[in-house]
Amino acid sequence: MKYFLQRLAFYLFTAWAAITLNFFIPRMIPGDPVQALVTKYQGQLSSQAIDSLYVLFGLDKDANLWQEYINYWKQLFAGDLGLSFTFFPTPVSEIISNSLPWTLLLVGITTVISFFLGTGLGILAGWRRGSWTDGLLPVTTFLSSVPYFWLGIIAIYLLTGPDSFFPSSGGFDSGLVPAWDQYFIPSAIQHSLLPALTILISSVSGWILSMRNMMVTVASEDYITVAHAKGLSDRRVAMSYAARNALLPNVSGFALSLGFIVGGTLLVEIVFSYPGVGFQLFQALGASDYPLMQGIFLIITISVLVANLLADIAYLLLDPRTRKEG
Amino acid sequence: MTIPTSSIEQVIPGQGSMAQPESGKPAKAKRQRFRFVSNRKAATGLIILAIYLLFAIIGPWVAPYDPGARGNDLVQPPSGEHWMGTTHLGQDVFSQLLAGTRSVIFVGFFAGIVATVLSVIIGVTAGYVGGKTDEVLSALSNVFLVIPALPLIIIITSTLENAEDWLIALVIGLTSWSWNARVLRAQTLSLRRRDFVEAARASGERTWRVIGFELLPNLTAVIASGFVGTVIFAVLSEITLAFIGVTSATTWNWGTILFWAQGQQALAQNAWWWFVPAGLAIAILGTALSLINFGIDEFVSPRLRSAGKTKLKTTAGQTVRMRIGFTPVLSNSPEPHTHARPTPVLQKEVAP
Repeated sequence: MKYFLQRLAFYLFTAWAAITLNFFIPRMIPGDPVQALVTKYQGQLSSQAIDSLYVLFGLDKDANLWQEYINYWKQLFAGDLGLSFTFFPTPVSEIISNSLPWTLLLVGITTVISFFLGTGLGILAGWRRGSWTDGLLPVTTFLSSVPYFWLGIIAIYLLTGPDSFFPSSGGFDSGLVPAWDQYFIPSAIQHSLLPALTILISSVSGWILSMRNMMVTVASEDYITVAHAKGLSDRRVAMSYAARNALLPNVSGFALSLGFIVGGTLLVEIVFSYPGVGFQLFQALGASDYPLMQGIFLIITISVLVANLLADIAYLLLDPRTRKEG
Repeated sequence: MTIPTSSIEQVIPGQGSMAQPESGKPAKAKRQRFRFVSNRKAATGLIILAIYLLFAIIGPWVAPYDPGARGNDLVQPPSGEHWMGTTHLGQDVFSQLLAGTRSVIFVGFFAGIVATVLSVIIGVTAGYVGGKTDEVLSALSNVFLVIPALPLIIIITSTLENAEDWLIALVIGLTSWSWNARVLRAQTLSLRRRDFVEAARASGERTWRVIGFELLPNLTAVIASGFVGTVIFAVLSEITLAFIGVTSATTWNWGTILFWAQGQQALAQNAWWWFVPAGLAIAILGTALSLINFGIDEFVSPRLRSAGKTKLKTTAGQTVRMRIGFTPVLSNSPEPHTHARPTPVLQKEVAP
């Protein structure tokens, strides 16, 4: 329990750091970015939007930095992330809450599948070293070096087309309205297959490699020799003795590399025009939509923190040693 | 974007390269200077990297055309004149690829150096000094570890107008040191209580000397593998930034090529030559760097080396599969076994 509370405190601290960072980044922009934006939009921005921009960029002459910081927090707790420029006057929070479920489902499910698949293959590759499984390594090395988005482009090029089963872009058929019915769900699944496959292929190799190396390291421990000497079946030794111990560093690795994976999957969404957070980020970048960009960064960071917390709980359940303390 | 492939964290130092076998006769103790290079994976990786470095230097000069120059052959497939075809403006893709190598390599190595220096300072200090300093520095690196790096880099660079390559490299370096710092801290912790470090301290060496001359040489492999890992990450990040159009499109790198290919519907025009070479160039560079990292891993921890030929024939004509860390056990069955099992044959002999 003490361990859990420690982790929770750490994540709260990290969330605070990320939010503070998010507060300061727009204040580092040299010059007057608001004026540049107002010129760019040529009168499309209302005076209220311009005011809120000045507050956002910290150019509000009436308030000092500390007051701005307090106001920023007040806004955050009210769920107010400002107004988007691209979809003016829609609040950023509304845009994100529309696109977040897409990303969570796509990235969440594929990451978990990829972790289990990669760990399983890694156990096999580490245990049966010197057999055909060694051939997996060069392939996985190559695949893990390929940028996610390029793999997506290649997948679109090779697998989609006018008569192909796989659609090349979007999250659902353009003729449908998002709803939980028998028309929409199959269409959404069909559209997510190719992005999911892309993420799976490029992320699975990392798990295979790290699990294999851990299996190799664990396999020469004394308790493995003892287990063999006791006459336990090879399978039992591999799964209950070697894999169980090799899994622990991989679970903590899972938590730590989530940030990397999320960064990569955002790009897959861009390539496939998938209606998730990554694609919104791309659109926000194109339009210099700072409020939307910052909101998305905040949401991504908080999601990763929550996922980390879940991985910590899994670690707690897997490793009895952490439970004993406190 | 990729998961750090190095498993060096789990390796106990002093078992691999660091443990120099002491030999009674100095004449016999022939030290293999280039043992690292004799590793096949590392050698392959280094050769490929050397080719990339060469093109980073001479690329812009040997490029057959000016990468930005427009021509009359629009979206042409590869031919003798344009080895990798042309773009929507008639620019030569091969020239763009060659000219872009310099920027990619520069950003990769510059960011790698920045991140490595930072991680050494923070990781080694945290591990060696300990106490409150360690807690603060560890918390700092954990925060940077958990915050998703790529979105952070995107947000920061998007606020910089027309960022130059060195600035992008600096941003990438400043945000991606945390993993290495963590690994280095763990290694330093295990090193600082060793006898040779205690001896150095007891003989009155200053802290900076203990760190510089006792600890750092023993951390070389960890630092090198961290550096290579950061270079991979930095290259991928830079290309990603260029691909989504955050950085200026005036300097060429492979991401810029992909940016234009995506923006000009290269897919719909079936112009595979436009985006395939750049992606392959990234993948091969990444593979080369990963191979170097495997080489370092295997150099430090010989257990990870590929086992090679594992099936052996005994004099009795049985096949045994040898595995590192396992004791092969022969049984009466012709299949290879590596573990003991109660043989049923034995019971049959007892029964009658």
